[in-house]
Amino acid sequence: MREITYCDALNEALRQCMQEDDRVVVLGEDIGCYGGIFQVTKGLLDEFGPDRIVDTPIAEAGFVGACVGAALTGMRPVAEIMFIDFTTVCMDMIVNQMAKMHYMFGGKGRVPMVLRTNIGAGRGTAAQHSQSFHSFFAHMPGLVVAAPATPYDAKGLLTEAIKNDNPVIFVEHKRLYISKGPVPEESYTIPFGKAEIKREGRDVTIVATHALVGSALEAAEQASKEGIEAEVIDPRTLSPLDKDTILNSVQKTGRLLVADEDNKTYGFAAEISAIVAEEAIYYLKAPIIRNASPDTPVPFSPPLEKAYMFGKEALMESIRRLMAYA
Amino acid sequence: MDPTKDQLISLYRTMQTIRLFEERIVDLYARGEVPGLAHLYIGEEAVAAGVCAVLTDDDYITSTHRGHGHVIAKGTELEPMMAELFGKKTGCCKGKGGSMHIADMDRGILGANGIAGGGLPIAVGAAWSSKWRATNQVTACFFGDDSSSNGTFHESLNLASLHKLPVVFVCENNGYGISVCQAKCTPVTDVASRAVAYEMPGVVVDGNNVLEVYEAAAKAVKRARAGEGPTLIECKTYRWRGHHEGDPNQGARYRTKEEIQAWKEKCPIERFRKKMLKDRITTKKSLGKIDDDISEAISEAVKFAQESDFPAVEEMYDDIYV
Repeated sequence: MREITYCDALNEALRQCMQEDDRVVVLGEDIGCYGGIFQVTKGLLDEFGPDRIVDTPIAEAGFVGACVGAALTGMRPVAEIMFIDFTTVCMDMIVNQMAKMHYMFGGKGRVPMVLRTNIGAGRGTAAQHSQSFHSFFAHMPGLVVAAPATPYDAKGLLTEAIKNDNPVIFVEHKRLYISKGPVPEESYTIPFGKAEIKREGRDVTIVATHALVGSALEAAEQASKEGIEAEVIDPRTLSPLDKDTILNSVQKTGRLLVADEDNKTYGFAAEISAIVAEEAIYYLKAPIIRNASPDTPVPFSPPLEKAYMFGKEALMESIRRLMAYA
Repeated sequence: MDPTKDQLISLYRTMQTIRLFEERIVDLYARGEVPGLAHLYIGEEAVAAGVCAVLTDDDYITSTHRGHGHVIAKGTELEPMMAELFGKKTGCCKGKGGSMHIADMDRGILGANGIAGGGLPIAVGAAWSSKWRATNQVTACFFGDDSSSNGTFHESLNLASLHKLPVVFVCENNGYGISVCQAKCTPVTDVASRAVAYEMPGVVVDGNNVLEVYEAAAKAVKRARAGEGPTLIECKTYRWRGHHEGDPNQGARYRTKEEIQAWKEKCPIERFRKKMLKDRITTKKSLGKIDDDISEAISEAVKFAQESDFPAVEEMYDDIYV
């Protein structure tokens, strides 16, 4: 199969959905002739014109709210929020409107929209352009939260998100945009709430998200050389969450490591740990370990930012700690 | 453009339905039958009635926390509406939304909204949707004077004007953002003056004169349908009750009895009633019959709501997702 980047996979999903369905429109900042800050919408303006690829003013509450109204009245809008950090300026539209309408209206209104955004530190962009607070959205009933880790998942999940009748927060990852992988040319969907076991193993379960899926796979390869077989699970959607795949794996391995880039306290890693503690504690042979970002804003200074981030080495250390328990 | 006799009577009927509905809520709320928050529209009826009279069934509205009037004027049936206020399963939102979230997708009512300024971007999106889908629909967006202090007001007017969207922004200026008077919130007296910044017409009308509201709305809707873009209409009006039922002494902490009385003397319904009788549009007897019919319909709606079941507890988990 041909290999394309995560960015191009997203671009292809948008293009194919727009070709197939006139109701799909994209709104965002610098998504037109500029092609989007990470080039996800490049070329779409030429193909679909300015009525469907809409460069908006820097007014997130305005255009995200407009997507809610458009979705409620028969369109399938996709909003691009340049960085997840900027979702805070349209949080009312996301939390009180987009997430709530279907429920508040007794199931009669639908908000089939997608809000695309991204997370991840490592670009020297400090505390307002580097955050990874995706867990926040998974905390909100009514929202689907997708978290693609590969080009294949990026295309399949975005196509599903656009076709799905629920509001979706689609969380991409900055460092992954240039990663390459096999992606079918034809359109396809990946259902929400189905985790993927990226690697099977008997000794340790690693639940990893986004770029840490790759780090977990690298760590698992190294661990294998030390005689430890790690199972790597990518939930792919944080909400709905495929609890069964995680619990089944923990029942088999008895050891859980959660790797996620949100801040450690109250984040996605805390939630997975709580679920396993509630529903599978008697299977555990070792305490649960969370590898998550430190509870600080993302620092600017390069050595500090480097210390803030973590990957394969941190996961290896956690795997060894887990294996220290018989 | 002038309303026909039937349209005039219809305007009266709408305003009086709102008034009598709200007066009934005062009583039901006091007796504990209507839970939660009830923000009543008494005194502002001419705005909803005048604007919705020029909309078609296919047109959209977005509403506010003080939304009963808009919903009635846009044509929702009283029974499911009353049942919703009671939190009953037969309510238009199955009892899940209540007073601040009444919606009726079949009549283009995209929801009352508990967030001040929350409806403006949604109205812009609905209008944009009509443009994308190449329909002829217009969206009327109701909001209060102090929502014009919110960022969503400015973002929405900017977007709507930039893309010439078919939306009519209707500011109900009742003089207060909860307890704070307009002079303490904005340096401008006329919210409509803000239209200048967005290159759209801004009109001030007497919001207690239903014909003035009707005329301004008709003009704005015509402009919107013709693809010429949005209009901002500011309707100067007043709420007779407190911010919500339970606001002590109908807002006595922040306004005087004399002020309330002065506005009651400008009652939009009484003024219109007098005008219709003077112009010999109808008779006292005919209006009395209309009032009786409305009262009866409201009584039936109350009975329907009282006799309806509450949702089963397990229904709490329904409709979170499609």
